[in-house]
Amino acid sequence: MIQYTLRRLGLMAVTLFGVSVAIFVLLRIVPGNIADILFDSAGMIDPAEKQQIVKDLGLDLPLVTQYAHWIGGLLHGDLGYSYVSEKPVLDEILPRIPITARLAGLALLFAICTGVPFGVISAVRQNSWLDYLLRVVSLAALSMPSFWLGLLVLMAFVNWLGLLPIYDKAPATTGAAILMYCVPAATVGLRSSALIMRLTRSSMLEVLRQDYVRTARSKGLSEAAVTFTHALRNAMLPVITVIGIETAFLFGGLIVTETVFNIPGVARFLVEAIRWRDYPMVQNLVMFIAIVVVSVNLIVDLAYMLVDPRIRLRT
Amino acid sequence: MAPVLEVSGLSTVFHTRAGLVRAVQDVSFSVEAGETLAIVGESGCGKTMTALSLMRLIPSPPGEIVAGSVKVAGTDLLQLDEPAMRKMRGSQIAMIFQEPMTALNPLLTVGRQIAEMVSLHENVSRRAADARAVEMLRHVRIPAPERRAKEYPHQMSGGMRQRAMIAMALVCRPKVLIADEPTTALDVTIQAQVLELIGDLRRELGTAVVLITHDLGVVAETADRMIVMYAGRKVEEGTTQELFAHPNHPYLQGLLASVPKFGAGEGTRLREIPGIVPALNNLPQGCAFAPRCSAAVAKCQQAIPPLETKRPGHMAACWVS
Repeated sequence: MIQYTLRRLGLMAVTLFGVSVAIFVLLRIVPGNIADILFDSAGMIDPAEKQQIVKDLGLDLPLVTQYAHWIGGLLHGDLGYSYVSEKPVLDEILPRIPITARLAGLALLFAICTGVPFGVISAVRQNSWLDYLLRVVSLAALSMPSFWLGLLVLMAFVNWLGLLPIYDKAPATTGAAILMYCVPAATVGLRSSALIMRLTRSSMLEVLRQDYVRTARSKGLSEAAVTFTHALRNAMLPVITVIGIETAFLFGGLIVTETVFNIPGVARFLVEAIRWRDYPMVQNLVMFIAIVVVSVNLIVDLAYMLVDPRIRLRT
Repeated sequence: MAPVLEVSGLSTVFHTRAGLVRAVQDVSFSVEAGETLAIVGESGCGKTMTALSLMRLIPSPPGEIVAGSVKVAGTDLLQLDEPAMRKMRGSQIAMIFQEPMTALNPLLTVGRQIAEMVSLHENVSRRAADARAVEMLRHVRIPAPERRAKEYPHQMSGGMRQRAMIAMALVCRPKVLIADEPTTALDVTIQAQVLELIGDLRRELGTAVVLITHDLGVVAETADRMIVMYAGRKVEEGTTQELFAHPNHPYLQGLLASVPKFGAGEGTRLREIPGIVPALNNLPQGCAFAPRCSAAVAKCQQAIPPLETKRPGHMAACWVS
């Protein structure tokens, strides 16, 4: 297992290198840099001044040099300065991380805590009205884009019911924060929840047909014990993998939801940074997200090994 | 001696879109303590469905046991409610399955799966249950049982898995053991060992064994008595010796004739029974075997033959023989 972990860490480094090159190149392919945008939108007209900005920010250097500067700094913990705010990137990103982490954590928690039990119920009560209802609802949840869902939720909770506090200042207590985040988190997590529910259902149905489930029944175990001790653990194996993949997708949903709900997290900040072609900001944010996604996938794979002895004990 | 397992008039059906499938029809038999009864027949003749009906493990819906009684030591299992039935499974009547790889849970250690059975039926501590599991693994002649108990099914060979399965089924000393094709998935040398093990444990623990198989060689070696099933019905019953020596029903005659014989001479064609088992949702009106039977007469197409005593201790359901 240690060897496996080391190998995976090596692969992680390769993946992150790939991501860094990709984001670096992609950003430069997008037309316009910060100087262009300042000139187009902020009404600066002096070309000499524009040249000066380009030179100051090092945008006139060869791409390889720019890349080397960035990665060199990154490896030393120097993330550079934001083009827009002119503050250190780290100081801009760090305070936003807990906000997004809470939102993402709650969203994932919501997805798992609703998806798995509903999937089990749906499978155990296959073809009952409850099963049909859950399947239709989950299909609807999967088909709904999260920006639209976010707007609907805002309309319902804020406009009509007036229940949901809008993010105007940082919540004072953890309780207040959870209360504030729970609805946006559910909005982000709904898609994942639906996916996990459908996967749990099909995986459970598959497992419930297995011989060892019949063996468990033949031992005299109750249906609950058969379902939870014998079937569910086996059925969770593919679900665990999908939870890892869904974490990556979650960021897509977060960008939209943070924008819709006016939550000052990392994801929304990324969109703003892209709009300003704030290269250091975007590059480092994307790297941060990539590290999170890759780490979560590593954790998921390790969890998979813990659950499945066939993988853990393979020599 | 009073029989430990008494099955009478057992009928199981499946409600399917293709109509009513009569998987088991009016099957009766009994087994005494320490006796082995073999249920023999082709695939799809209702052997496994009979076994699952005894355990009340027929998937329901679509399956349903519609008639009969299954008495284990006098208690009719078909009259019990589900919680009471659960107490019987494993402790009074246990089952081992064909494929030991898929019949054991891949995520739990073998020891845990055996100990689970003990914890379920006996009021003992977890440690005591684990100890019983190790002891039972030793009993089924698994070497280094302490270590093996901590292993997962995929770490064991097929024969060892089936031994573990037997250990699990017998750990609570059930009165009846149903073995559904216990050796089909194993290679021949392991088959013999497993059959010997089942035989030894049966003698030692006085378990009544219902052995379900299509392998007549296995029957000849291990069973005291046998019943032959065809299309969900019992068509012949008697001691193994009697039935092998004097097969009465043309179906059993056909089965015995289709066993390859050593030294039969090169180029001798193996005799097979023509045709296939009829669909259980569309059985012929008369004897279900009549369409494949070379001895069939007009009466065979019209009415189902009753089981009759043809020789002492030998019953068969055939109009002709």
